[in-house]
Formats: sequence, structure tokens, C-alpha cells
Amino acid sequence: MSASRFAEGGRIDRSRALSFTFDGRRMGGFAGDTLASALLANGVMLMGRSFKYHRPRGLMSGGASEPNALVTVGEGSRREPNLRASMVDLHDGLVAESQNRWPSLGFDLGAVNQVLSPFIGAGFYYKTFMWPAALWEKLYEPVIRRAAGLGRATHERDSARYDKRWAHCDLLVIGAGPAGLMAALVAARAGARVIVCDEAAAPGGRLLADRVVIGDTDGPGFADAALGELSGFPKVRVMPRTTVFGWYDSGVFGAVERLDPGKGGATERVWRIVARRAVLATGAEERPIAFGNNDLPGIMTASLVRGLAHSMAIRPGNRVAVFTTGSSGHETARDLAALGVDVAAIVDSRTHVPEGDRAASQGLQVLSGHVVADARGRGVLTGIETIDRASGRRARIEVDALAVSGGFNPVIHLACHRGDKPVWDGGRGMFLPPAARDGLAAAGSAGGVLDLSGCLASGAKAGRDALESLGFPSAHTDIPTVRDAVGGSPGFATLWHVTEAKGKAFVDHQNDVTVEDLGLAVREGYGHVELAKRYTTNGMATDQGKTSNVVAIGILSEARGLTPDQVGTTTFRPFYTPVLIGALAGPHTGPHYRPVRRSPLHAWAEKRGAVFIEAGPWLRVSHFPALGETGWKDACDRETLAVRKTVGLSDASTLGKIDVSGDAAAAFLDLVYTGIMSTLPVGKARYGLMLREDGLVMDDGTVSRFAQDHFVITTTTAAAGEVMAHLEFCAQALWPEMDVNLVSVTDQWAQITVAGPRARDVVARVVADDVSEANFPFLAARPVTLHSGLEGRLFRISFSGELGFELAVPARHGEAVADALMAAGDPFGIVPYGLEALNVLRIEKGFLTHAEIDGRMTPDDLGLSRMVSGKKADFIGRALLGRDGMQREGRIQMVGLVPLDPAGRILAGGHLLNPGASPSMANDQGHVSSSCWSPHLNSTVALAFLKHGRSRLGETIVVWDALRGLETSARIVDPIFLKEVPANPPPLRSHPPVLATADGRSSVIDGLTTGSEKVTRLGILPDAPIGLLIGPGASHSQLELIAAGGDGVARKVAPGQVLAVGKPGEPFGTFAGRLADGLPKRCRLVDLSDGRVRLCLDGERIADVLASQTGIDMGADMVQEGFSQPTLFGHVPGQLTLLAGGVVEILVFSTYARDLAQALRHTIELAEADWAQVKIPGSG
Amino acid sequence: MASLIQCPHCGLRPKEEFTIKGDAAPVRPAAGAPPAEWDAYVHLRDNVRGVMTEYWHHAGGCRRWLAVTRDTASHSVAEVRDASEYALRHAETSR
Repeated sequence: MSASRFAEGGRIDRSRALSFTFDGRRMGGFAGDTLASALLANGVMLMGRSFKYHRPRGLMSGGASEPNALVTVGEGSRREPNLRASMVDLHDGLVAESQNRWPSLGFDLGAVNQVLSPFIGAGFYYKTFMWPAALWEKLYEPVIRRAAGLGRATHERDSARYDKRWAHCDLLVIGAGPAGLMAALVAARAGARVIVCDEAAAPGGRLLADRVVIGDTDGPGFADAALGELSGFPKVRVMPRTTVFGWYDSGVFGAVERLDPGKGGATERVWRIVARRAVLATGAEERPIAFGNNDLPGIMTASLVRGLAHSMAIRPGNRVAVFTTGSSGHETARDLAALGVDVAAIVDSRTHVPEGDRAASQGLQVLSGHVVADARGRGVLTGIETIDRASGRRARIEVDALAVSGGFNPVIHLACHRGDKPVWDGGRGMFLPPAARDGLAAAGSAGGVLDLSGCLASGAKAGRDALESLGFPSAHTDIPTVRDAVGGSPGFATLWHVTEAKGKAFVDHQNDVTVEDLGLAVREGYGHVELAKRYTTNGMATDQGKTSNVVAIGILSEARGLTPDQVGTTTFRPFYTPVLIGALAGPHTGPHYRPVRRSPLHAWAEKRGAVFIEAGPWLRVSHFPALGETGWKDACDRETLAVRKTVGLSDASTLGKIDVSGDAAAAFLDLVYTGIMSTLPVGKARYGLMLREDGLVMDDGTVSRFAQDHFVITTTTAAAGEVMAHLEFCAQALWPEMDVNLVSVTDQWAQITVAGPRARDVVARVVADDVSEANFPFLAARPVTLHSGLEGRLFRISFSGELGFELAVPARHGEAVADALMAAGDPFGIVPYGLEALNVLRIEKGFLTHAEIDGRMTPDDLGLSRMVSGKKADFIGRALLGRDGMQREGRIQMVGLVPLDPAGRILAGGHLLNPGASPSMANDQGHVSSSCWSPHLNSTVALAFLKHGRSRLGETIVVWDALRGLETSARIVDPIFLKEVPANPPPLRSHPPVLATADGRSSVIDGLTTGSEKVTRLGILPDAPIGLLIGPGASHSQLELIAAGGDGVARKVAPGQVLAVGKPGEPFGTFAGRLADGLPKRCRLVDLSDGRVRLCLDGERIADVLASQTGIDMGADMVQEGFSQPTLFGHVPGQLTLLAGGVVEILVFSTYARDLAQALRHTIELAEADWAQVKIPGSG
Repeated sequence: MASLIQCPHCGLRPKEEFTIKGDAAPVRPAAGAPPAEWDAYVHLRDNVRGVMTEYWHHAGGCRRWLAVTRDTASHSVAEVRDASEYALRHAETSR
């Protein structure tokens, strides 16, 4: 008394038996089965329990729209709930479980809710549980949530891998049924780039599900031939198991591809498809009819019954009835009868059944003018009760399966995702897609064409129209002749629900919404479609009302005496079907959540046992633990004391470094800093403060002048990106007439701080130039030569308050120079120090970071008003800094705090209160921005912002920190805790020079390149000089010509900016000399040899790997050898260039190189697992 | 999911490569302009539904600032120009 499998037929591969379990029961199926068809073949009709009433449910509509057969698939970290059994491809060893039942699917205690149903109808929770409100969280919500529900997600971390890719095409065909295949064929034959997506494992749509004759073949034969032909076009990609889930701005479609994770590859891949034109060939869903107990297992849509019989060889039952309002029911009856199934009756609501339909069901009992009022059965269908509407007479028919057809709903969701509303066709009783726009047009059943011949013609026309609008030459395509297509004349009468029903008549099966619930909504004033949806929850389940929305609109329209278009539809939004969050995140999870920047000294610090912390995108050294230390604080104290006592070394490479050049460079800097930079002598540095245009401080840093028209400025690590974008805006949009060039050289330089009384002794052993006080005083900034011959830049600046130098060398030499400085400092007991010590050193001296510069501070708040020039007519922020509020008395001012009890704790974030004042907004006196333990003062010290702060030195204030339960009395002091002038002792006895040698330099991508056995290989190109050619006045072609003088390829970045690469092994000087000959006036070549790493991809399938990284269309005509553009690889910036022999060069910012190499390697691994899979016919 | 912008230097690119600053209509006042002008330039913005020109930065590409004219409701992009070219012309017409 249940479904079974025909002995022969179907598109399943009976030679490949598969084994799976459902609720622990072992069963068998075949390759080509879905989980749903395999369950039916095993006689399983009961597949789940409903959401609210726990009613037994079986497969109803199948495919993507299935509301009932929700199952949990997989185990452990791969357990995935709420999958439609009809969309799960069967594989060997699959483990599936039913949901929302206890203790078992067959005997579910939750079914008691059916008895309670009079009390838990629509909106029950708004009414029943109004009082007392206190019980909501404790009682009502937990109980309701427990009783109603779907599957439960695993709490384990998802172990699946996900991928993301871009794709580009002339024409995207959504749905590979008859219309879609015709559109694709027309476009493919014309030479267009075509992508065909179909959500089924086997593309073909109704061609595989209906018994038809096309030309001299059948449906499957036609589909196979079309797919075979499509696979022969190199520019066509057919993607089975791919659901297009959304239509977005700019002709971008989102799609998700389900893959076979068995090969170690991705489980799902999200595609972003950029399509110039698209054909919506998504077909139509059969519309259910609401009658009594219409949710019993065994009741399915007529087209599902027909499709299962043809493609999966499923016998729906032993004795089947059909309830229909149109031709689909007759076609189903005809096909079942032909397969030897006992068809008990065709119940047709129409009094006059068209001749074609009668012909189809000839020889079978047709009950015209009848309806099915109620289905009968406990747990599974055993019979139906029909009513002759003319006489009102009821009759029973014993059946174990019922095929239902209430007409068709075109699948128009995607066409409405941009906000357009569907159009109601009153004559045919269907919502049709909105008018074609922005390149998307519907074809076939999605456009309301219900006969096969019409679908083929409509698909061909849609393909032709799309091509013509793109300017492709039109080619004629024959439409194959169709015989025996449909049972009769396509069409149907409208019947939303059967009024004579006695049992519950379900509209939304997944959310358990009945006809009665909708009636209640109308009676209680919630008849508006949006209100009814929320009142009843119709259409709000995971299926988003695919089988229920239109029926609900029909019922509302009848109840309110309106037409369905007057009732209107609710809003269609992506996603068409549920998409895993994991799939949307793609590979950007865990350590790849966002790119990580590594300093040129990262590997050096790693070797010395550094502990790293995340600081923005950077991994920075927190501290260098030493033997016997119990934690970071021990290390921090030791490092801090060593710097003030003798000397320490730290990494300053993460500071933003911007090369500013051009005739107007000085004038430009005067406009962006508060101070005057044009008076800065060459060879000197100056501190600078930048404001935002609203007068608040943006960042601080140093400006160093290397030539009249050449500066290098530094920014804080935190604000580097923001400052660069701001300066570019100033240069390009505010003052485009100024001759100024900005180049980020952060990645080019390793910058090493040497600080402490013995800093000069250490630097003098490594740098050949005279670094004596006389020759290299405070704020000197000059190019220097190292004893090793290496050229660098030396700055006499300090962030620790001690005698300090910063030595910048090309990044690749960073490790060697750091080693040399450590060796040079050895006699003095030099220690490397990290961010924690750096922070203590700067707080002790009252220096600022972005804990203080928090976007709300004026220069005066920070105690820096002396840095604001009163002489300049204009600079960014000048006008608004003059506002009353910015200059008012009583603003908060930076002060220092020292707890009265040295052991007292003060933490950043604490608020300041006058002693005795209660904590309130009105009493708030300010806040603490930074704090630390000062090993020099043996006390906590803190920087804070206090109202009238500078006039309150010596007073006592209370630091109130309710978050951490602290209340600490503190003395207000000057923010410079250590007043001592930095020690600047004369050099000790002369130590011999130390040479910085390049031995042992770590490659940034060690261990990440892939070997020759790979399909796509990741490597690093031979070392060659890299320069950025900047020439604001020069023409593009002029610059490109010069740049090509390097290795023959000009890598265009932006107007006036071209990257040039020299010959392998060539020194930068030689390279620059070669290019200098043609260099026009005002053009410069900035050395970025160390600022970029030349990764490369070669081998096959490079385009696939790149498509997961960049939105550039690698298949576009212009992408030829020599093509070069800047782009983001994932989230990492770089320059993509096509070299000779199909090799792709990626010039990536060197501090990102390791991160990008990891991402590329990951992508290659995923892609290779993919290519290893069985080739699907038509896959490109 | 995605929007695309036609960078005049790099071609069609996804919005992830760009950052947006906002309305490109306000012109920076001359030094010494009255406070009301500065207030308008820094603070006052129309919340346009429809066509407007905004500054976008192709931070993930050529790093040029662009003036993007688009419909804020539909994100249909009508024109994209380099900000330098736009600013020079716009400053002339606005003054």
C-alpha cells in the first residue's frame, strides 16, 4: 500500500547500487536517485512531521519547492538540517534523519498539538500568551520553540570547505528545460559566451519528466543531444546542480553549485555571474489545491507523480486517483495507465472537460464537475471523498496515491528580485513575470507558455533577441516539431480551495497554515497580503511559500471579493532557495577571514620566539619572552627597562610610509598638515598633525625631506589606509592642478627602531656615515650607506623618549640588518622589544596613539595646539577648527593619572568623577584612554582626558570603572610622567663595524609554492627590479613605452602611473639607468623592488583559479599577452599581468604576499579536487 | 551580492574594490569663506533618491578617485569620470 519502483525504465543507473540509511534503517537506491526518489522506491511515504501540528508528511511537490520532505543529512560536523529530500543527490553511505519528531517519526508525541489546534491557530501567540509578559522568556517561548520546529544544526565547527567564483558571459540561461536549452543552443551557435545553470543533477527539466516526442526522438533524447552539442562549444559552460538564487544590480546573478565533497574539494561554491543578458527559463510549479487533509503522505502534485514515474521509475501507489482542474491531470493519468498503474478515477472540477484532455484519459473514469473534498487515512492516504458539485453527492474511492493539479504558477521570483511586481493574467489565472528589463527576459513556462512546442519556440526567440541586442549576427534555428506533447490542450480552471472540505485544508504545508487561518486573518482585519502573511505566517517558512503564496492570494481575493492582482503579491527577495552561510563566506573564514599583513621582519621575530598579536591587518610582535618569565608582563617590564637603561630594538615597518614628490609637494603638505612643511630643510624631519576637514585630529606622524621636491611622510599603523585615501582625495579631487605624486612605500622598507642611551653606539657599528650628535642631530633624516655597502635611510626620531634612530632598508635586507644591529648591540645588552613595551615607553612620555586620537579630539585637547600654524591661510580642517565649540573652555584635555595607591588599578575606558560625586552623565569629568604599569615609577600610569584638565594638576580624581568593578582614586599629573631629558652619552670605546649580510633571509612564501605535478602551479618569478614610473605630465603611451623598456611589458596602474619590471638579476640602478634615457622631465622612477613580490601562476586552468580571486573577466577579448591591470585578489591588492606563454604574474604588495600565496594555494587545492571529479556532459 | 562600477581606467569592477565617500556636489570653499559656507560643505548633505554624483575611490584598483553618477534607488550607473577631470569642470560651473 505504498510507492515502489517499476521493474524497468527511468533515468537511474541500475548497474550502480547505492546504500544509505534513513532514521537508522538501511536502504538501497541507484545512482541518479535523489534521496526522495530512493525513499519512495523503498516504500517510505512518511518523510517528516509538520512544523506546528506534527502531522505526518510525505513528498508533495518535489524539486526546489518541496515544503514537506525536509531531512537532516550527514553526521558530526557535516550534519546539515532542513534539506529538501528532493534536492539531495543520493550517494553511497548517505545518512539521513527525519526531523521535528519525538520519540520517532512513526510515533510522535508532538502530534498532541493537533488536538490543541483550536487553541493554536493563526496568531495564537499574539493572543494566548499576552499575560503575564514575564512568562514569555521563561515559559512560553522555550515551550513553543521546543514544540514547533525544524531540524537542529550541529554545534560543531563546519568541516566542509566552500569556494567562491566569478563568471562572465554574454548570455546566462537559468534553467535547462526545453526553453532554456533552445535559448542556449541559439546563443552557442552564434558564438556567444553562454552559461547554463540548472538546479537538478541532470539538466533537462520537463524533457526528462514528461512523455513527449520531439522530431524523431523523445524528451531525454532531445536533452542529451542539446547538452552534447553545447559541450562542444568552448565558450559554453553548462552547470548542473546550480541554483541561481538572486538577481542583483548591474546584471549580476548569484548562484550556488552543489559539488561532490567526496574528493576533498568544496562542498558548495557560490558563483557571482556577470551576465550581459539573461533568459529566465525556470519553468512553472504545479499549483496545489486546498482540500481536507490534503497533506497526507501519498498526495503529490500531478507533474511530480508523472516525473517520478518517467525519470525515477517510481510507481506512486497501487491504485491512484487524479484531482485536476486542467490538462496536467489527464496527462498524468494517461502516463500512469500506460505504465500499468491502476488509475481509479480522474476527478476534474470542470463541468466541460476539453476534447484534448478527454482524448488523453480515454478509457479511464473521468468524474467531471467533481472535486475531492477530503482525503482519508491515518498517517498515509487510504482513500478520497469526492463530491459531485451538481448533485452534492459524496462518494468514496479507495486509493493509496493522489495526483493533484490546480494549474501552474510560473517561477518568476528572480524577475522580481529588483523590485518589479508580477503581472496577473486574469484570463489564464496566472501571475506572469514583470516586463523584461535590464537584459532579463522570461521564456517558456516561466513566461506563461505551457505547451512544449511553444516553450521551444519561446526559448529560441529569447536567445535570438538577446543576441541581436548584443549585436551578434542573427542565425536561424529550426524549432523541432513536437507530437504528443501534452495530454490535451494546455490550460486549467482556477480552483483555490474546496469549500466543502471537512478536514484541515492546508495552504502552506511547511508552516501549517490552513484555509481557515487565512479566513480568520481576513475576519480579524488582517486581510492585506502583507498583514495576512505575518498574521498567519503563510509563506514565511524555509520554502518561502513556493507552493502556497499564490494559493493564499487566491483565497484572500475570494474572501475579500477582489481579484488576485488587487490583493497583490508580497515582496520577492533573494535568496530563491536557502543558501548556507558557510557557502556565502566561502574561503574567508578562520585565519582567512581577512588578509593578514606581515612585516618584513616577521620571520626574523618568529625566529627569536616572538609572540604576535593582531593589530589591524598586521601581525605585530607583542613581546619576546625570555627564559624564566611567567607572562607578557615580565617580558614587557624587562624590555622597557632595558631600553631606558641601555638600548633596545623594535620593528617600525608597519608604520604607513608615503612617498610625496612633485613641484608642488611642499605646498601640498602645507595644505594637509597643521604645521608648515615647506620650510623644512632637506635632510630634516618634522612632526606633523593632520586634521579632518571638520577640525578634529585625523593622524600624526613625521615628514622628512629628501629633496626640494621629495618627501617621505609616515602615518600611524592604524590610520595608514585612511590617510593614504585622504591624501589621494586631496591631490586628485581637491587640488588636481597641483603637481604632486603619492606612492605608498610601506611595503618597500623594513624600518628598525634602535632606542636607548646606547643607540648611537649600535647604529654607528652598522651605518658607515657619521652619526655623531654634531653630524646627525635630533630630527636629522638622510640617506645613509651601511658598512655592508647597502643603502638605506636614517631618521633621528623617537617614540620612546630616548635617544632614538630609525633605520630604513629595502625590505629584503630587513632581517640581515636587524641581525647586524643585534650583533652590534650585543656588548651593550641590546634587547628586541615588542608592542607592549613600545606602549609603556610612549605612555611614560605622554606620546599619542589612536587610543588618544580617537576622532573626537582637537589639537588643543591633545595638548598640541603649538603644532597648529596660525600663519597659513588654509589647510585641511583650519576653518572648522575655528568654531566656537572647538575652542570653548571646559573641553576635555589630556592629563596623566597616577593612582594614590601605586598598586591601584586604572584601565582604559574608565570614567572620571570628582571625589564624592555619584556616577552619572552629568557628573562625568572625562575618561581614561591608555594605561600601563610603569616599571620606572613602580606604579600604574594612565593617560586621560579631563574637563579643564591642564588647570587641575595635583588634584585628586576618582576613576570609576563599573565594567570591571574598579573605583580608584588618582592624582592628576602632567602627561609626561618621565621628565628626564633623554640620555645622550658620548660614544664608548670604538667597536668594530658589523656587516649586514643577507644570509638566511626567509622567503615570504616558503612552503607555499606548488610542484610540477599540479594542474595549476603557484610559484615566484625570478628576482628582478620593480619600479613605479610616475609622470603626471607624460602621456600614457609615452610612459608605457618607457616602462616596456624593462622586460618588454608595461604594467599600467593608473593615469600617470606605470609599473616597470627589469631583467632577472639586474640591479635596480642598472635598470633605472636603462629607463632614464627616455624619461621626460618631471617623471620619476620609484623603487618598489622590495615593495612587491612577483607571484606567478602557470599551467592549465589558471582562469578558474583567478576567478575565485578577482572580478576581472579573464575571458574578455582584451585579455591577451601584455594585459595588465590592478585589482583585488580576494581582499589583497595587486597587479595582474599576462606574460608570454600564458604565465600570469601577480605583483602583490610584499607584506600581503604570504597571505595571498596561502589563499591561492587553497584555491588551487579546491579547484584540483573539482577537476578530478567525473566530467559531466556539457561542463566547460 | 554585487554591484559593478565601470572604472574609466580599469573597466568593469565589483563594488568590493571601491569605497564610497559621498556627494560630489559640494565644492570646498575658498580660504576665508564665511562659516556658513564651510558648515554647508562639511555637514549638509541631501539624502537623494534618484540620480546623484558621488565620489568613489577605486582603492582596490588604480587608486583613483572617481565621480560616479548613479541612481541611488536602482544603482543604475549613468557615468563614471576621473575625479580630477570632474573637479576641474565642476568647480568652474559651481562658482
